[in-house]
Amino acid sequence: MTKLVYFAWVREKVGLAEEEATLPPEVATVGDLLLYLRARGDGFAEAFAEPETIRVALDRVHAFPEDPLAGAREIALFPPMTGG
Amino acid sequence: MRRSVRVQAEDFDTAAEIEAAGAGRTDVGAVASFSGLCRDEAGTLAALELEHYPGMAEAEIDRVVDAALARWPLLAVTVIHRFGRIRPGERIVLVVTASAHRAAAIEAADFLMDFLKTQAPFWKKEHRTDGTDGGWVAAKDADDARAARWK
Repeated sequence: MTKLVYFAWVREKVGLAEEEATLPPEVATVGDLLLYLRARGDGFAEAFAEPETIRVALDRVHAFPEDPLAGAREIALFPPMTGG
Repeated sequence: MRRSVRVQAEDFDTAAEIEAAGAGRTDVGAVASFSGLCRDEAGTLAALELEHYPGMAEAEIDRVVDAALARWPLLAVTVIHRFGRIRPGERIVLVVTASAHRAAAIEAADFLMDFLKTQAPFWKKEHRTDGTDGGWVAAKDADDARAARWK
């Protein structure tokens, strides 16, 4: 099981703050995960309509689309950051 | 090295934090600071709601501080970033850096803010004075361009 956590407008569009998910083995990279989530439809299709705009953190470290998920326990998905 | 990273809902005392950067030592010759405040957007903004990723926010700021320490000979670094509901005029973020000389302190504070804005997991949502939801603030290309200067 992998914990998926969502923030800001990604959280609002998918309608969940977090969930436990079992990812299929063919979901190997960050980029694969974004396409997999988009294919879940409804709010997920809307949130991940432009996957290149979504930022991903694996176990609380920023990751890139080509990075392998490599057994990450907690995967966070969120828009570009606007702090400061 | 005096180092403090705090992510908190509570307000902070800017003057006390700046004072602490050089207190009790005689090797500090320069203290620089940046304060980020919530502005009212010409009277249209009632409040900002700052969402953050607990755990990662602190860890990411720590990584940005590590990167600053690798570039400049700093004697003190303080970063405070608030979350929750913040009204116009209230404080959002503070960066304080201390070094023997001015350039290191000023440049490091600038660097820290550039990377806090583009790397630390915080998101701002606007609440307007007319009661409507102003939506999530969009990231600015200009902020990415500023961060890219340090490559």
